[in-house]
Amino acid sequence: MSLETVKIETKDKFIELYHENQDLLKSDSPEYINSIREEAFNHFQKLGIPTKKNEQYKYTNLDQEFNNDYKTYISPKNIKFQIEDIFKCDVPELNTKVVLLLNGWYYDRENLLEELPGGAVIGSFQKAAQVYPDLIKKHFAQYAKSEKDGMVALNTAFVKDGLFLYVPKGVTIEKPIQIINILMDEESGLTQHRNLFILEENSEASIVVCDHTLSTPNFLTNSVSEFFIDKNARFDFSRMQNEHNGSKQVSHLYFQQERDSKVNTNTITLHGGLIRSNINVLLNGEGCENNTYGLYLTDKGQHIDNYVHMDHAYPNCTSNQLFKGVLDDFATGAFNGKVLVRKDAQKTQAFQANNNILLTDDTDMNTKPQLEIYADDVKCSHGATVGQLDEDALFYLRARGIKKKEAKLLLMYAFANDVIKAIKIPALQERIQDLVDKRLRGELSRCNSCQMHCC
Amino acid sequence: MLSIKNLHASIEGKEILKGIDLEVKPGEVHAIMGPNGSGKSTLASVLAGRELFEVTEGKVKYFGKDLFDLSPEERASEGIFLGFQYPIEIPGVSMVNFMKTAVNEQRKHKGLEPMSSSDFLKLMREKKELVELDAALANRSVNEGFSGGEKKRNEIFQMAMLEPKLSILDETDSGLDIDALRIVANGVNKLKSADNATIVITHYQRLLDYIVPDYVHVLYNGKIIKSGGKDLALELEEKGYDWLKKGETV
Repeated sequence: MSLETVKIETKDKFIELYHENQDLLKSDSPEYINSIREEAFNHFQKLGIPTKKNEQYKYTNLDQEFNNDYKTYISPKNIKFQIEDIFKCDVPELNTKVVLLLNGWYYDRENLLEELPGGAVIGSFQKAAQVYPDLIKKHFAQYAKSEKDGMVALNTAFVKDGLFLYVPKGVTIEKPIQIINILMDEESGLTQHRNLFILEENSEASIVVCDHTLSTPNFLTNSVSEFFIDKNARFDFSRMQNEHNGSKQVSHLYFQQERDSKVNTNTITLHGGLIRSNINVLLNGEGCENNTYGLYLTDKGQHIDNYVHMDHAYPNCTSNQLFKGVLDDFATGAFNGKVLVRKDAQKTQAFQANNNILLTDDTDMNTKPQLEIYADDVKCSHGATVGQLDEDALFYLRARGIKKKEAKLLLMYAFANDVIKAIKIPALQERIQDLVDKRLRGELSRCNSCQMHCC
Repeated sequence: MLSIKNLHASIEGKEILKGIDLEVKPGEVHAIMGPNGSGKSTLASVLAGRELFEVTEGKVKYFGKDLFDLSPEERASEGIFLGFQYPIEIPGVSMVNFMKTAVNEQRKHKGLEPMSSSDFLKLMREKKELVELDAALANRSVNEGFSGGEKKRNEIFQMAMLEPKLSILDETDSGLDIDALRIVANGVNKLKSADNATIVITHYQRLLDYIVPDYVHVLYNGKIIKSGGKDLALELEEKGYDWLKKGETV
């Protein structure tokens, strides 16, 4: 008996999936969303899943990951659980407003949109698209462009739900908002949530995102988040990636910052099998400040790939990028960061650094910091290092009686701390310090108070 | 406590120590002098356990144990302290955290409970005064941004915290002005007891005005070519090393 296999291109599988589910996808979505959906689908048909031939995705083989039989969530699956039973935030003093996404769907189906003090709104993206069409029309798919990236096109073609946040002019949300992305199912699933954050002039908010897997099947995520940060608004975005090592996650963050706005992002990667994070920032007015920080602590066969595109389109803006990583065992990683300073963006200050420590000879790190400058009065720097722990420092610590293992931990922790101390919320900073310490000690296999012990 | 016999050590195949013999007993202060490149710092590093150097021949016994069976951290916990010629800057590791870890690791080695935070801070305060170390320095990262003199004082501060049995001070006087030298020497003298010993490695006789040695050894080209009492240091100051080099062994 002979077994014939026909190689179906990954792209074709998604094209077929789209055609099969078109009606379901389009139901419950307003016309303006569906026309963007159609457009995105056309782009996807042209672009497909990026292969390693694509310069931007050179170090991560996405095609291979997406060519698996993951179930795609076209509609929300009804999984009921008491959130307190399985997940409790470890930082009570953080005092956050907590919202949940379950497999990419806003979890509280009874209460899809919630009003916060000052007229701010948080809730389901899908619901918001119906209730606030003018607002969403103005921003949705305006920053994340389907024609530029097949993965964005794929997400947009399948867009259903995700998180929506709207902060009106002059409103400050005092409490940080904690968004918990939970992946939980009995079978392997592909999640493609779509988030939209709108901060109007002079508003302020801070967000903490935690990515968790609460069951053992493999999960694949391809999420897109768009952020519109209007004039003089201030926005803080910290996220903790702590999914199990069988999960794969591709995320795209698109920020558009208007005049005098300030954005801090901090991505802490603890666990996850394959992680590709794209961060695109457009500084679209004078006087903007952007700080984009990242820390990744990886081991075993983990793969982490950070991509940052910082576009200085106007004069007098400042951007800082700092990505630091420790790779152990046979982990692999990449950093690809680009700073673009356009012709009129005089007095730009842009700094970019990527530092890595490789603990074994079997790890592999590719780093590519790039500057592309068309203005002549700017202050820019970029640099990357890939090295081992400082032998002199290690000996110094050991010569005082500190065991080699402990001495290494002290040095790794010190290395990581540059990124952690940039986290603005003190309670969260402490919590992350603790998690990083545990992660470096190999003691962290799950979030502390989570009962699921999934990773 | 320390017995060095025919010690040979090399780095990258180049022999630096070519047969050192030295006996150190509790309560003694030994000074090792010699011109640049004679192997003084190599001797200190080998005793502390720096893996950069390869011991090719000879034996070192420390309280009857084979020193080379012990890792650097075990040697430290057994009471060997190296005062570095060039103390290392470690950004991101605070002095408090560094010393707390070191003290408690050494206590663990001895089977003692970790020290409570309040006791530890009290100990820090006491010992800081001993070497007149600026309180603010203790809140900074290890040696980061310290001046040359502060780094050396910090070495003696660590020595005071860890209360070693055998201290090896590698060129602790280099780069110190006369006031700092006096403070450092005072610290060493106050820590001196009948149970512990000190090996002072130095270029100049100057330090020995403050830390009075029982024995002076001249190291040249990887060997001790002359040993004597504290007067030998004065003689060296006056005549230099050349008269010894000619004979090589005396």
